[in-house]
Amino acid sequence: MSRSDVLVDADWVQARIDDPKVVIVEVDEDTSAYDKNHIKNAVRIDWKQDLQDPVRRDFVDQAGFEKLLSEKGIGNDDTVVLYGGNNNWFASYAYWYFKLYGHQDVKLLDGGRKKWELDSRDLVDGSEVPARPATEYKAKAQDVSIRAFRDDVVAAIGSLNLVDVRSPDEFSGKLLAPAHLPQEQSQRPGHIPTARNIPWSKSANDDGTFKSDDELKELYEGEGVDLAKDTIAYCRIGERSAHSWFVLHELLGQPNVKNYDGSWTEYGSLVGVPIELGAAK
Amino acid sequence: MCGAKAGGPDLAGIDVATETIIQGSVTRDGEPVTGYVRLLDGGGEFTAEVPTSATGQFRFFAAPGTWTLRALVPGATVDRAVVAQRGDLTEVAIAV
Repeated sequence: MSRSDVLVDADWVQARIDDPKVVIVEVDEDTSAYDKNHIKNAVRIDWKQDLQDPVRRDFVDQAGFEKLLSEKGIGNDDTVVLYGGNNNWFASYAYWYFKLYGHQDVKLLDGGRKKWELDSRDLVDGSEVPARPATEYKAKAQDVSIRAFRDDVVAAIGSLNLVDVRSPDEFSGKLLAPAHLPQEQSQRPGHIPTARNIPWSKSANDDGTFKSDDELKELYEGEGVDLAKDTIAYCRIGERSAHSWFVLHELLGQPNVKNYDGSWTEYGSLVGVPIELGAAK
Repeated sequence: MCGAKAGGPDLAGIDVATETIIQGSVTRDGEPVTGYVRLLDGGGEFTAEVPTSATGQFRFFAAPGTWTLRALVPGATVDRAVVAQRGDLTEVAIAV
């Protein structure tokens, strides 16, 4: 798989904007952004309402994912192009879901909504929603080779690569959440011992596009990540680490990379697990 | 959309005393600008980013210390250094 199989630019999307077999999907942290405006013919997936179990802390299950995609009019053989705000954090998270449930052809729009806006490209009014006939989508069983759970993470301390992709201030314990969110949180601050702090933002340019493969490889190796070993990425709730998972697994083609979606909101609340404070050593 | 509002977004429901808030607005010739504001830490590392509201406003919940605000709007990037304190509102007006 090459970079162009998983990452497309705005011109690529513009050229296929009316192609019914290419489904453009907006996934935003601010789930109301779509209502304001969006790329023509884009459908919305709400990362909270649509992708989470309504009661337990977990994902929608296989049947739930099938129902969601069927209702959105997405077929198994459609090409799905994801984009969103906040440098594609939640679009990357959704990308990882599509891979988790076995969708074949899924891509990210490089730079997401931000670059599209900064380039002053056209957006249609929020009320203009495409009519896509319902499908009978069939998802595969979850591919847990790309998903880490808390016991995997505890077992990885001191042996596998743990990559904490939060900002340096969250890693050190100075902040408990990304700084656009209130800081009062129930978890303990800090990071998982032996984790390297490689913020997701180092893998992207200011306009939200990904850096080149060479720059990305150099970034991880320069921070002491042995790419020959298995890697687990985490952040606060698993969306920024989905972005770094995309870099490692999809762009750099590293086979053994998992995203820990429980991330710091789970780990920082566990009783008895080791936590380290302070800046990266 | 209505014009730019002075200062950051409304603080209703926010415990100002326990947070370190940096907020404000981004304007061009007095009119709100649609764009993004990034918060960089004392070492220049990315900490957060928000889109500006329809009235050009933004807000961050930071920690005490020195920060840089970087406004990204079509055709321009503007940096502003700020010092934030806990329980104190840091208001920043950015003209681009």
